[in-house]
Amino acid sequence: MQDSPSLNPDPRGERDLSADLAALRRDMLKFARLQLRDEAAAEDAVQEALTAALGSQQSFGNRAQLKTWVFGILKNKIVDIIRDRARSPVAAETVDEIPDDAYDDLFNENGFWRDDARPSSWGNPENSFSSQQFWQVFEICLTRLPKNTARVFMMREMLGFETEEICKELAISPTNCWVVLHRARMGLRLCLDERWFNSENRNAEL
Amino acid sequence: MLNCKQAVALMTQGMDRELGAGQRMSLRFHLMMCSGCRNFSKQMKFIREGFRKFPQQDN
Repeated sequence: MQDSPSLNPDPRGERDLSADLAALRRDMLKFARLQLRDEAAAEDAVQEALTAALGSQQSFGNRAQLKTWVFGILKNKIVDIIRDRARSPVAAETVDEIPDDAYDDLFNENGFWRDDARPSSWGNPENSFSSQQFWQVFEICLTRLPKNTARVFMMREMLGFETEEICKELAISPTNCWVVLHRARMGLRLCLDERWFNSENRNAEL
Repeated sequence: MLNCKQAVALMTQGMDRELGAGQRMSLRFHLMMCSGCRNFSKQMKFIREGFRKFPQQDN
């Protein structure tokens, strides 16, 4: 990593920006690592995004705006890295990471929810967005998904790739793409259900 | 008529591509009668919203 940008206290605006960016760096790294699963690439993406941010003349009214903006830059960097990566031979592996029948036992032989598996209401789940502990669980649940499955899922949901493009990048058929995304959604839902919405953690916090 | 497993497959597909008119119709019909799938549908939307908020969380 290169030295942090100038901390010259003059002019004041620049110093504030630098301090804010340093605080963001940790969150950015976490985000980049999740998506890239490659420490060096994550470091590079974050460094490039920070450099771009510091080089700009934008000014921000508050920290939240700054964060949104810097993460926008970071997302673009991550998208570039994913696009630049050689087509890796992960396709078949990705499709089979979560077995075909992984969620079959949620349903009875007629294909209806089993009583103990029928989704129950999460109440007002948006309330959880303000809980730090919820986001830890969210991240744990993402990390628990198999690596390539999680990658496809995050390409779709965090980086906003269209499904067609994900299939193309990974050289897998659209049907396989939907299968991977389907299993990822099932897995994340179950994990959040078990570890947050129906767990003591949540009750302790909310 | 759809069972829950088929409805769930349509709901997750609907997150990633546009469903056909017939599929949407049978799904709507199923959801009218099935609270489990209605909850599932809301949870899928919530998860999408979560992904959108994830980078901006402050911790």
